[in-house]
Amino acid sequence: MLFQPAIIALLLAAGLGVAALGGAAPFAWQILRRWNLASGSEGQLTMERRTYLFSSLVALVLGVQLAALLLFVFNADRMSEMFVGAMCAVGTLQVNAWGFPALVAQIAVFFAASQWLLINHLDNQARDYPLVRLKYALLLLLVPLLALSFGLQLAYFKGLRADVITSCCGSLFSGESRGISGEMAGADPRLAMGLYFGSLGLAVAALGSYVLRPAPGRGNGLLAGLASGLVFPAALTGIISFLSLYIYEHPHHHCPFCILKPEYGYRGYALYLPLFLGCAAGLGVGVLQLFRRRPSLAALVPPLAQRLAWVALLALVLFLGLSAGMVWQSNLILLEH
Amino acid sequence: MIEIADLHKAFNQGQHNEYWAIQGVSLSLARGQVTAFMGPSGSGKTTLLSLIGCLARPTSGRIRLDGEDISGLPERFLTELRRRHFGFVFQQFNLIKGLSARDNVMLPAYPLGLPHRQLTERADALLAQFRLGHRADARVEWLSGGEQQRVAIARALINDPPILVADEPTANLDTALSREFLAILGELSGAGRTVLLTSHDPLVLDSPQVERRVALRDGRVVEA
Amino acid sequence: MTDWFHKQRYLIDFSLAALGRRKVRNLGLLAAYSLLVFVLASVMLFTQGLRQEAKRVLAESPEVILQRLVAGRQDLIPPGYLEQIGRIRGVQKMEARLWGYYYDPVVKANYTFMVPGERQIPSGQLVVGPALARERGLVAGNLISFRSYSGRLFTFQVAEVLPQASELMSADLVLLGAEDFRAFFDFPAGHYTDITLSVANPNEVRNVAAKLAAALPDSRPILREEVQRTYASLFDWREGMVLTVLAGALLAFAILAWDKASGLSAEERREIGILKAIGWETGDVLRMKFWEGVLISLSAFLIGYLAAWVHVFHLDGALFRPVLQGWAVLYPHFRLTPQVDGLQLATLFFFTVFPYTAAVLVPIWRAAITDPDAVMRT
Repeated sequence: MLFQPAIIALLLAAGLGVAALGGAAPFAWQILRRWNLASGSEGQLTMERRTYLFSSLVALVLGVQLAALLLFVFNADRMSEMFVGAMCAVGTLQVNAWGFPALVAQIAVFFAASQWLLINHLDNQARDYPLVRLKYALLLLLVPLLALSFGLQLAYFKGLRADVITSCCGSLFSGESRGISGEMAGADPRLAMGLYFGSLGLAVAALGSYVLRPAPGRGNGLLAGLASGLVFPAALTGIISFLSLYIYEHPHHHCPFCILKPEYGYRGYALYLPLFLGCAAGLGVGVLQLFRRRPSLAALVPPLAQRLAWVALLALVLFLGLSAGMVWQSNLILLEH
Repeated sequence: MIEIADLHKAFNQGQHNEYWAIQGVSLSLARGQVTAFMGPSGSGKTTLLSLIGCLARPTSGRIRLDGEDISGLPERFLTELRRRHFGFVFQQFNLIKGLSARDNVMLPAYPLGLPHRQLTERADALLAQFRLGHRADARVEWLSGGEQQRVAIARALINDPPILVADEPTANLDTALSREFLAILGELSGAGRTVLLTSHDPLVLDSPQVERRVALRDGRVVEA
Repeated sequence: MTDWFHKQRYLIDFSLAALGRRKVRNLGLLAAYSLLVFVLASVMLFTQGLRQEAKRVLAESPEVILQRLVAGRQDLIPPGYLEQIGRIRGVQKMEARLWGYYYDPVVKANYTFMVPGERQIPSGQLVVGPALARERGLVAGNLISFRSYSGRLFTFQVAEVLPQASELMSADLVLLGAEDFRAFFDFPAGHYTDITLSVANPNEVRNVAAKLAAALPDSRPILREEVQRTYASLFDWREGMVLTVLAGALLAFAILAWDKASGLSAEERREIGILKAIGWETGDVLRMKFWEGVLISLSAFLIGYLAAWVHVFHLDGALFRPVLQGWAVLYPHFRLTPQVDGLQLATLFFFTVFPYTAAVLVPIWRAAITDPDAVMRT
């Protein structure tokens, strides 16, 4: 089922992304081998000028990937009417084995590209470009990831057949179903809530302490990064296991996608956008700590990480506030007080 | 203080038309002086000026600006230094047609992101200083040669750089305008700015405003 | 942070002025860009409208239609089938239908002859669909003759012309009484074309179909939701096909954009050289060009989309009607309901802005890395 406008658009975007970064790979390899900032040769100058192109390319891929992620879920939701048994995006993604892996790969590309751009931003501020080799080695790793995401999407869309009877979110995200989604949905709401608010609280605390004291040599930056990384799976589990129930006001409707629908006031976007932003920025605080001992970066890391920590802190607090508000507003009573 | 040690610059390096424009220049230039680089065309004076002005990077050798080595810096940082330390006046004035005199003066400050009002005030003050206040909103292509020259000088000064670089500034000016330009140079130098210029115009080279003359030939200093 | 905003404002100001300075060139690009958005948006809005229309019409059709198959081909329902089905739990209403196709050599079109279940049409009278009435110039009270497949000539009086509201399905419709129908088609007595069943609970439909298949092994139940799905995917498929065909246009546009971006005029090169010499960084030039692209893309998107909107919803999609609708010779005449769809907008954005950005990225970068000392060397 490739002749669907949104599918063509998604494949076009992913394919062009792979082609662009794939085309850049030989030049990245050249930088790995021949970079020498001390040289004033024209070859070195050419390489330096190419780095502008590559960072623009990765920024483009990141932007497109973020938009594609939304379009992918949006489209899956819309196509659900074509599959027997599907009632929302989950059903469409379940039509064959590639749907969820494709989604996960896209999320992975988003986080990888955002961290690359962050490292690039940091490196560009230091006069000796200390991370240039690392950056281009990472860029070479980004290419196969992007290709994998493209391949999974292609496999998924090629395998979409309208005659397949799929299952809707009700059966995938129910406590009885096996697999990771079932585990997430079936998690004891008390435990899930504990994990959810615990990890968010930890991340907020760590980010807050970093914002206050970003001095080098402290472990709180690394902790903030780790905690923000932990928030992402914990928040998803929380959304599936209890938050969605409060939003739908239904004790068995565990679906992370239906909250994006107009019936539920597009509340999903209000949750997911700060979550993605907060996790990417918070993760960045941790990633930056890895470079704070480099002499030319020592002075650059703390202010940049502090600014990121602010962004992550505000985004996660917003996320926390919104989700708590949604629980508060709901008419559903899940836990007896 | 600008110190230059054993500077080399090649073009088309490694190709059959490889050409060394600068071949081992060592110099020391004091702050607050007006220095003229002279020599026949192809002697490397413009290339030397562009290396000192952070417009290009030397192939080898060192340039120190107030003790800081700037010769190995990537373009990104060279640009930053250039914005802070140098203002440029080119032979062709190189104003952007279609924009007003004020917009042209403001251009070098755009990447700094100053508040609009502050920047406009500064541009207007400079234009007034060079007797162009009444022409601020005129498009530059409507201005006379002398007015364009003064807009170019105002543009060079918008970021308040300590060093002014001028490449063949009088090549397109008649005698009267050239004298006017030299007078402006004198004022700027008197106000503490360093001026570096290239010229083979005797009017400039013999003028009292020029305090030091450096003669170049085939990419080497023949007389400093 | 405020510095950043001021800076972007300066860059936008500059790129606006730069666009103004090269009006002719940029207007050409803007026209091509808007045209592309217009064509793609028209296709999308039109199919979207058709999809909605089909959905609306199908919503009124019965949940299950039962056909009889003989040797894998549809055959008439013989007498006694209705009784054989008997009572099935969940079925509200069962009805045997009479309908068929008739080819009219006069206008070279197929009509659907049908005996309506809910109303009685007196013998010798017809109710016709609006498109047919238009083609043959009929109004209520006129007489019309059809030569039946057996060669006999039948003359009917037009009792009524159906309203325009849901023309997509009723355009070619001819309603008549059961006796007239049987006489006109030599339809054997007691036989029917198919049987419809209404099922109230949507969750029961599949069970009902299974029971039908068990009770009457030679029958085929057709479910409304399947028909809906088929229509939806058919429309999507068509839209996708048209878009794929238009990929050529997309490619041509990308090449145009690439060419425009790489074929910078000498004047523009000189400008970029000056900017770099007086203190703009490569990244600043890239950002300035980025804003230029944003301004062009947004204008083209807005112009193209609005034009497509007018084209589809006010001019009835005059340009694409024949390709996308593909119904019969009698084109239905109907107004599509205007609707903005987020997914569609997003898809359209992907089809236009993204290829444009990808196409101009490299040429822009090439221009941006102009040597800062280039202006000194000329």
